[in-house]
Amino acid sequence: MAPSLRGFRALAPETSIVLVLLVAPFALPYIGLVPDTMNRILVFGLFGIGFDLLFGYAGMLSFGQSAFFGTGGFVAAYLLTQAGLTSVMLGLLVGTIAAAFAGYLVGLIALRRTGIYFAMITVAIAEVFFFMENSPLSSFTGGENGLPGVPAPTFNLGFMTIHPTGGWSMYGFLAICYVVGIVVARRIVASPVGRVWVAIRENPLRAAAVGHNVHAYKLLAFVIAAAYAGFAGGLLGVMQGYMPPDAFTFDTSGQVIMMTVIGGLATLFGPLVGAAVWLYLHDFLQAGLGLGASWRLVLGLVFVLLVTFLRRGILGGVADLYARLRRGVAAPDLAPVPGARDMAPESSALAPQPTRPIPTYDGPILVARGLSKRFGGLLANDSIDFEVQQGELRGVIGPNGAGKTTFFKMLTCEIPPSSGSILFEGRDITGRGVTEVCQAGLTKSYQVNQLFNRLTARQNVLIAALAERRGSFRLDLLRDPAGIPGLIELVEHTLGLVELTSRADVSVSDLAYGEKRRLEIGLALATSPALLLLDEPLAGMSPRERAETVKLLKSIGRGRTTIIIDHDMDALFELVGRVTVLQEGKILVEGAPDEIKASAIVQEAYLGGVLVP
Amino acid sequence: MLSWPNFLAQTFNGLVLGALLALLSSGLTIIYGTLGVLNLAHGAMFMVGGYAGVVAYQYTGSYLVAVAAGAGFVLLLGIAMEQIVIRHFYDRPDEDQILVTFGLGIVYVEVVRFLFGSLSQSMPPPSWAAGITSLGFMIYPTYRLAVVGIVALALLVLYLVLYRSRLGMIVRAGIEDSVMVDSLGINIMRVFMVVFGIGSMAAGFAGIVNVPIAPITPDIGESILVEAFVVVVIGGVGSFPGAILGGLIAGEILSLTSMIDPSYSQVMLFAVMTLVLMLRPHGLLGSQGRA
Repeated sequence: MAPSLRGFRALAPETSIVLVLLVAPFALPYIGLVPDTMNRILVFGLFGIGFDLLFGYAGMLSFGQSAFFGTGGFVAAYLLTQAGLTSVMLGLLVGTIAAAFAGYLVGLIALRRTGIYFAMITVAIAEVFFFMENSPLSSFTGGENGLPGVPAPTFNLGFMTIHPTGGWSMYGFLAICYVVGIVVARRIVASPVGRVWVAIRENPLRAAAVGHNVHAYKLLAFVIAAAYAGFAGGLLGVMQGYMPPDAFTFDTSGQVIMMTVIGGLATLFGPLVGAAVWLYLHDFLQAGLGLGASWRLVLGLVFVLLVTFLRRGILGGVADLYARLRRGVAAPDLAPVPGARDMAPESSALAPQPTRPIPTYDGPILVARGLSKRFGGLLANDSIDFEVQQGELRGVIGPNGAGKTTFFKMLTCEIPPSSGSILFEGRDITGRGVTEVCQAGLTKSYQVNQLFNRLTARQNVLIAALAERRGSFRLDLLRDPAGIPGLIELVEHTLGLVELTSRADVSVSDLAYGEKRRLEIGLALATSPALLLLDEPLAGMSPRERAETVKLLKSIGRGRTTIIIDHDMDALFELVGRVTVLQEGKILVEGAPDEIKASAIVQEAYLGGVLVP
Repeated sequence: MLSWPNFLAQTFNGLVLGALLALLSSGLTIIYGTLGVLNLAHGAMFMVGGYAGVVAYQYTGSYLVAVAAGAGFVLLLGIAMEQIVIRHFYDRPDEDQILVTFGLGIVYVEVVRFLFGSLSQSMPPPSWAAGITSLGFMIYPTYRLAVVGIVALALLVLYLVLYRSRLGMIVRAGIEDSVMVDSLGINIMRVFMVVFGIGSMAAGFAGIVNVPIAPITPDIGESILVEAFVVVVIGGVGSFPGAILGGLIAGEILSLTSMIDPSYSQVMLFAVMTLVLMLRPHGLLGSQGRA
């Protein structure tokens, strides 16, 4: 495909929205849409883009977006009506920044918890903003009266001056703002940050384990959503010439949620569609059919039905239908990641493995001293001393309940030890947290698959590779991941290593179990670990899959320090150079596979002492 | 205005408000604790209970019938809601459950508005609790005192059902591990239905008991739902004692701070919530379990 054509394809949604916005003023009045309604649609469409980034992509359902909508609106309106600021654009900018800052502060509190707590806390905090506007700050905000007299911007183009005061000229101004908003949002979604958000939505635990600073990315999503809300809030005041206090109400937060869900989550255009449906129905039901206030009842029912039966909203439903008609195959991912296809390299030849800088440290790569873990009355690990040399391939075996998985979790700092310390490459990593330890070069593959289920195999590996190439957090909001040096090579090399190159574009949910297990290992490998821990990589596999995976593990283990837990002793003895046997939380014995096989105490541990010597 | 009588009166007001919030929030929290569903229609159910009771009162003129009707109607509404909608959302993400209950809440509010209009409705206190009572050190509306007693009784019944009955044992086991309860041969789905009904009934009961104190409008549920959220966050999600403690704390904060400056009372409430979140992220009496 010619580069120019590909560029055009990638920009098709942007081009389409510009065309739609250009045609709308000529077409929509025929169905009774007045310019004022269309302007509101644009403002809420813009407001919703931020919410869609927050909920649709990053997976955080906030019921408090009105706080930022109102903050941006009132800061801009105050500056322009009371403080004597004359530049409307500057007022909007300051309002946006104020809202983003408010988002940062609120995020620090709300992000302490997830899920329903997060939803409840955002509701509560938004109420505080409403009360603040209404009474303590009413001398600035006009309290219940709001702020009238917000001016419209003036643009001096040299040969003419544009001053959009209402109707279609205001539509033009808002449409340009919307297009800027959508273009930026699409860039963000396609950037590494956008990819990491989706990963966090799908599996926050694994996103952290492959080395992403989940909290920082969530906070960033919250701040960006607040900035969009603040910008839209400012535009609301400019559009109406009046900043209403009800911008701060719970109802406003509810509206943006409902519009986004009705239009379609994780689509970015969804909120615009949802706002159009919402406000059109509002006009139509209230005035057209004379239903009065009960238009909200109809919309409430529509919303409940959509959430129940068409979770992906109108745009998602259309996309599903289109996909089904076109190919007769399953629907695409919930969040199609734009540009993902462009990242597949032309040739499938394995690129050289990018490596971390070779550490100067040459002592044992891992040293654990007196490691213990107590769960209430249960002592899962009892003062374990453990040492692994560089380049070693170590096996850890033990009967069920011996404490193997707990031991691994402590080594990767998923759980803190009750006592004892862990040195990795000579540095103390005890209590550092799984993200930092992964960035340092120590990670594991999980006993139970921890994948990003609605992404493809390649996208999964990409998430891990992004952490390896970019570190735990980076603010590259507008960058195309394809431009990150070595990223594509790392992804393709890893897919090759775990033999998933031919299945790279298959969604995880459609992979076979054995393939998922290999992808699980691939996620760990893509972080380029200096020390790789594999927790039961063969668990649940068929004999044939086992044989293949053992071969795979051999090739992975070459030149890489690896520790493997498994129950399949034949496979393990074939793979590793040295074996540590755990029993009841203690190290029973350590030695070469042949010594372990011959060891009477190991046989006794496994067979419960029934073996007669 | 800071003075002894005022302080005492506000403390009592806080107790009344706190008791109502405790009852409302315990409904919210046992539903969440057992079913894992955060019911955003809970505030609307508080409101529906009030309206159902007022209608019954208008026909019969009896306070007791009104309370029974308010609580009973919302019990049925809760069971119907669980059977028709919520049931299909147990396997879906938390966010879907929140969205659908949010939508249902709007539907309830708008149906009530459609039927009764936006004007407020009220009901006098029962004759045995009309007027004022002298407590020796101050006089206080009798009905408000009665509300504390009525709510305490309701909470006691709820406690007995939750902690001293076979159903309660199953419910608490279900909070710990609903899959395990199911595999023991207990029909957990039926338990879920009953719990959703009882939790909703607590909201409806609080809704009708509140009417003689403050007239209701279709929108009353929205702000009280937010307060119930704060109560649950302070007390600990899923904790019945936490909801009671949180309710009383929230009631007193709202009441006592409004003595100094009413416009800051809500802000103070949220400040306390933030403080609790900082110091005890799982709430005062919450456990690390769900959420």
